[in-house]
This record gives sequence, C-alpha cells and structure tokens, in this order.
Amino acid sequence: MASRAVIARRIFGRGGLGVAGARAMSTGWWGGVEPAAKDPILGVTEAFLADPSPNKVNVGVGAYRDDDGKPVVLECVREAERRISGNLTMEYLPMGGSIRMIEETLKLAYGENSELIKDKRIAAVQALSGTGACRLFADFQKRFLPDSQIYIPVPTWSNHHNIWRDAHVPQRTFHYYHPESKGLDFAGLMDDVKNAPNGSFFLLHACAHNPTGVDPSEEQWREISYQFKVKNHFAFFDMAYQGFASGDPERDAKAIRIFLEDGHLIGCAQSYAKNMGLYGQRVGCLSVLCEDEMQAVAVKSQLQQIARPMYSNPPVHGALIVSIILNDPDLKNLWLREVKGMADRIIGMRTALRENLESLGSSLSWEHITNQIGMFCYSGLTAEQVDRLTNEFHIYMTRNGRISMAGVTTGNVSYLANAIHEVTKSS
Amino acid sequence: MERRVGVLARHLSSHSPSMASGNPSEMISPFPTAGSFGESVFAHVVQAPEDPILGVTVAYNKDPSPVKVNLGVGAYRTEEGKPLVLNVVRRAEQLLVNDRSRVKEYLPITGLADFNKLSAKLIFGSDSPALQENRVTTVQCLSGTGSLRVGAEFLAKHYHQHTIYIPLPTWGNHPKVFTIAGLSVKTYRYYDPATRGLNFQGLLEDLRSAPLGAIVLLHACAHNPTGVDPTLEQWEQIRQLMRSKALLPFFDSAYQGFASGSLDADAQSVRMFAADGGELLAAQSYAKNMGLYGERVGALSIVCKSANVAAKVESQLKLVIRPMYSNPPIHGASIVATILKDSGMYQEWTIELKAMADRIINMRHQLFDALRARGTPGDWSHILKQIGMFTFTGLNTEQVAFMTKEYHIYMTSDGRISMAGLSSRTVPHLADAIHAAVTRIK
Repeated sequence: MASRAVIARRIFGRGGLGVAGARAMSTGWWGGVEPAAKDPILGVTEAFLADPSPNKVNVGVGAYRDDDGKPVVLECVREAERRISGNLTMEYLPMGGSIRMIEETLKLAYGENSELIKDKRIAAVQALSGTGACRLFADFQKRFLPDSQIYIPVPTWSNHHNIWRDAHVPQRTFHYYHPESKGLDFAGLMDDVKNAPNGSFFLLHACAHNPTGVDPSEEQWREISYQFKVKNHFAFFDMAYQGFASGDPERDAKAIRIFLEDGHLIGCAQSYAKNMGLYGQRVGCLSVLCEDEMQAVAVKSQLQQIARPMYSNPPVHGALIVSIILNDPDLKNLWLREVKGMADRIIGMRTALRENLESLGSSLSWEHITNQIGMFCYSGLTAEQVDRLTNEFHIYMTRNGRISMAGVTTGNVSYLANAIHEVTKSS
Repeated sequence: MERRVGVLARHLSSHSPSMASGNPSEMISPFPTAGSFGESVFAHVVQAPEDPILGVTVAYNKDPSPVKVNLGVGAYRTEEGKPLVLNVVRRAEQLLVNDRSRVKEYLPITGLADFNKLSAKLIFGSDSPALQENRVTTVQCLSGTGSLRVGAEFLAKHYHQHTIYIPLPTWGNHPKVFTIAGLSVKTYRYYDPATRGLNFQGLLEDLRSAPLGAIVLLHACAHNPTGVDPTLEQWEQIRQLMRSKALLPFFDSAYQGFASGSLDADAQSVRMFAADGGELLAAQSYAKNMGLYGERVGALSIVCKSANVAAKVESQLKLVIRPMYSNPPIHGASIVATILKDSGMYQEWTIELKAMADRIINMRHQLFDALRARGTPGDWSHILKQIGMFTFTGLNTEQVAFMTKEYHIYMTSDGRISMAGLSSRTVPHLADAIHAAVTRIK
C-alpha cells in the first residue's frame, strides 16, 4: 500500500497540494488549529462545577441566585410559559423580531409615554440578548461608518472587546474605574471625552457597570451628556441590568433619559437575561434613535440585513414570554415586584458582606462594597489573592477580583468574609 | 432626495471652524422642531431592499383576495392551510413547562450537550465510526442559517482556502452568509432548465476545475429551490471526485426526513462522505422537520481526522460564537433533546414527519394530475421527480408576475413554489393559474 505522500503525488502530480495540503493529508485540514484560550468568565463556573468541596462558593458568573444559592425562574415567567405552551405556533418571527416585544421594551428604556416612540423615530430590532444587540450595532457601525472607532471603558465586560474586534471596529479605551478609591475616575473620564476626536463613538454602561458596579451619579451623567454634546459624540448604551441595579427600572434608566432630554441620538442594547431571568432564552433588543420615522425605517431595514446572514430571524420563545408579561398589567406588576426582590436581596448581601468584614476587624476600607451597585462588586482583590481564595477556600471568582453578589447568601456570607479577610489582612 | 441633500448640507456646515474653537455656544445648534441638537450620524443610511423570499409573504398578507394562495416561504402548512405544531413537540413542551426543577440558565457556548450528541447521531447515524472515534465536534447554533454562518466564520479564520462553491441556483441567503463571513463565493452548475433536472456533467466539470481544497456547499437532500437531488450513484461519483481534489464538503441539511419521509434515507449523502474517513462540515436545521421554525434550533458538526483535532476545533468555534451571541437559545434545543432521547417520542416524531412528507408528495401528484387533465402544454413530470418542499416549476418571471396579478398566487420570481403551501382545495386554482400563464405568456 503506497504511503500517503506517494498517493498525494500520484493524484496531484509533482506540484502536489503545497505545504498546507500536504499537512492536511496526514493530520486532516485542522491539524494546525491551536486550542483557544478559555473564556475567563465562563471558565470560572466550569472550574467551580469540577470542585468536590462542600464549602465551595461560586461568585463568578453573573447569574442571579436566591438565598439558597439556587437559580431562579420568576413566577411571572412561569405563568407566561404556561400560557404559551401548547397554544401558540412556532412560526418564524420577522427578521426584526417580535413587534410586540420590541414596543414594550422600548418603553422601558425610553419612557412609557415617550414622544420618540410615538413619533416612530426609533429603529429597533429584537436581538440575541445583550451580546447580540451589541454585535448587531457593531456590525452596523462598521458597515455605515467604516472609519469610526469605539471607545470602551476600562474595565468593561471582557466580551465587549471581542464583539467590536470581530466586527472589525478599531477600539480605544477611556478611563473609568479609579482603583485607589474603588470608585469612578470622573476626571480621567471627562479628559478622555474631551480629548477624543469630535464625533467619536462611546460605549457606556447605562447602570450597574460590569464588572465594577461603579456608576456615575446623576450630576456626573449630566456633565458627561453636556460634554458629549459639545464634542458631538455618539453614545451607545449597554443596559443589561435595568431594574436590577436599584430595584426600580425607571431609576436605572436615568442616564439614558438624561441623554435623551439633552437631544442625543443614542443607540441602546437591552437585555432580559438578568432582570427577567431569561438568560438562556437570549432575549434582547437593539435600538437606534433617529431623526425621523423615515430614517428609522431605513436603519431598521439595514439592521435586519445584518441579522439575516447571521441567524435569519431571532428566537420566538423568549420574546413571547417578555411580551406576554409586559402586555398584561398584573403580570407586569408581578415582574416589577420580583425584580425589586432580587435587587433588594443583593443590596442586603452587600451590607452583610461589608458589615462582616468590618466586624472581623479588617483595617481596610470596604465601603465600596455598598457604594457599588448591581450584580457585581469590584473587590480590589489582586489576582494572587483571588487565587488563594480559590485554592485555599474553594471560592470562585474572576481573577480581576470581581465578586458576583448574586452568588452571596446568608448561608455563605460570613465564610466569604472570613476568607477575604484572611487573604487581605496582611496587605 | 432633497431631504438627503438638506441633511448633507447641515452636516457639512456643522463642521465649520467654530467647531474647533472650543466655544460651546457656537457649537451646539439645536434643531428647533426635532428637539435634538444635530443630525444623525446614520442619516446617509438608505432603506434596504425587501428580502425577496420573505417579501413574498409581506405582499401576500396585503392582498385582500379570498382566493389568494401563499406558495412563498418554505414553512409547512396543513391541508387546512394552517401552520402546524407537531403533537410530539407540544408534549415535549408541556413536559418542560411542568418540570419545576428546570431553570433558564445560560447554556454553554457550544449549547446543550445532549442536543449536540443526539443531533450528531441523527445525521451521521449512531453506528458512524466518526462518532464512535470522537472525531466529530457538534455545536448548537441558530438553525441552519446560524450553523452555516458559524462554520463559514471558522473556515475564514482557520482554513487555507477561502473560496466556496455553491450550486446554481441555491437558497438566496447562502451567498450572503458566506460573503459576510469573508469567503469568496463561486458557483457550480447544478440545475438544468432544459430537463428541469440535474446538470450532472456540468456539476462534475465545474468541481473538477475548482482549485484544490476549495470548499463546496452541498444540499444534503431536497435541494432548495429546485427539489432536484443527485441519485446515490451520482453522489458516489461526486464524493470520489471531491476527495481526489481534497475539496472540503460543507453540507446544508435542512430537510432530513422531510424529503423522502425517512430520516436515514435523507442522510445518505452525508453519511457516505462521513464513512470514507475524510473531513466535512454539516449544518443541520430542525426548523422544518420538527416544525420548530421560530425557535431557531440547529447544529453545526465538523468531522475531523482525530479526536484531538476535533477538541481544538471546538475551542475555536467557541471564539466565533461568543462575540456573536454568547450562547444559543435553550428552549428549542430542549424540545429536540427531549424528543430524540425518548424512544416513544422519537417514534411519534418519525410518524408525524412521514405524514408531512407524504402530504407533500400527495400534493405533487395532485398538481401533476390537474395539469395533465387541463392539457397544459409542456412536460410537467419534474413536479413528481423533484423532492422536498419546493418545486422549481420552470415558469419565468413574467409568468410568475401574471399569476400573482391575475390569480393571486404568491411565489418567488424564480418560479419556485412551496408544495407545503398547497392543499387539495387550492390545487385546482394553481393549476388554472399555471395553465393560463403558460398558454398566454411566453
């Protein structure tokens, strides 16, 4: 039996397949594919699941847990699903997604009685949760403003970088987190806003900044908005935690409302992953505020053109859940109560964690735990300290020191506080 | 047009020297009526054309005629013209809803593990050596479109050849998916208008002259839009030719079980290639065969030379998926997994699937008979020979437009009709329309 190399020469002649082809003959086409680095966030949960310790604590990925550490399906969601199952068809949604879901979703961001919605000035499409909404926008930005860049805060959710990179939009960063105060580097942020070329695109977290939990105050948002006007910058809001931050969706949309009052034509990514607990359903919305209805129609049609070769049309199930809940006043009220319940529990855990650390006699300041808001706390722990927490105490978090407060319970908060105190008391 | 010019003029005038002066009061010039201070950076965006396929349904919906028939988009309809949720799917959904222990957490990036394993078995066959040797990576994606896109992006990043050959004609979205992923699209001859069948010689010639290693898109069964499939003998010839030139097969399997009524028969082409030890990609969709259209359930499988390579490939697929949508939707995949892993439900599914396929075959016979009864000129045997949801009638765009205008028949302008949209009640009307079109318009 002739060797592979001989066969190759017989088939392809002396020219052969070339280097790539010859290698392919022996190892297949993918022999040269390198194993990819693990996703830093999702890798944490994988490691947690593999740990047999009974004391293990997962404060890694940002999915809500109840006080028993269990995932939660909201009651309003269960009721909506009961109504869906067996009754409705599973036909394709339009490319732009469920109109009913989009209408209610825009009201959440832009205001229940927003004139902008009435005037049909908002181009909006259903998207695959927040990730999908950001990616549609990034692709749209690249297609229609190919010379534009995006300014991304430091730090940010790591996947933001991947999204704009895969969309081939060059990235810059702007100052955001102030390590010394564990708060906002407002002066640095404003400098970067002023120094960026006019008409730059900025990614802003509308509330509950991920991963730091540090949000500008209302006054600071007003100043940022003003400076954006001066510089003619484009504000793209990623709002993944509306309702989840303060417990009040209207309050959590304040930054967006300020920008709208000031006349900015914003873009906005919304997600129901956390605030409706619909994580795996992948439900979200991308909106772009336009000058008028005609422009909104044009922009929406182009957003659909980007969705078509990506997934044709978005998944129907999650959208049905959202539109059933938001269109039924009783279910909507139930949802608002449940969101507030989740936010309140997290706020309670922040207080408990801080108080525990203080009563352990820690000499460090832990007020940032209660100053920060939303699902995450940027603890200030170093990578080495995080590694110790994992290796010695079976506590899992991302190595940037981000703690998912949703993973903290009355059952584990003192264990967590003890462990943090242990690894920090010498610093 | 004037409005566009006005916007452009404002845009240009706002970039005046005063912008650079740093004086806020000079820079902000509110637009009095709009309440906003400037024009949109997207003002130059023009409206995109309607998607040709989905646009058919839009037009159909607008038509008030009581005799209108929608033969556009490929979604199954019952004899009563209604969409269908399979009974087994309803049952599966009920099970899921009633199980209070189920949660809605994020799936892994690669999707639901059970679903992936079962999908691979479905297409490759549970006795497939490739599966038994762990040489296959399968990732859950958003139906067929999503599977194609993820596969194409992976190839653009990691495969040495960036040209993909697609059949002429093919589903309208194929070239868009591959182009946007960064592949360069060429065509190979496929449909022969003279015979309304396969241009096999043309196909072989075009693949023979493709560069070594080029990617080739193959419709696993029930070619869309023509309904023309190679025979098994022809598939074997295609396989041999492709392997001799190291052409990389990329199968699009959107109709497994829907074409002939048999899941195994409809997977023969894919299994033939998987059995020869070579590598391939396969995109699967459950939109039609499980009626899960809007749930967006599908899978991409890549058959590799070794388990080691398959693992590395899977890790790279994750890097494509994460910045696109992070992880796939859970609902539809859960339904599929529930059905595939339960032998009773699986049986029920195969029966319902065969019933759908049989109804379509029945419609083919009825339409053929109706045309013959009217003495409609031409050879209409292709209606019987073609397979799957669509018939490529051979009607030209003028004839199609005529049928829409005079008979309220909605179909794509390439002459493709969705047999699934026909019923015993509407076949006579369609036959009348075709007869009129063929005799009055040339």
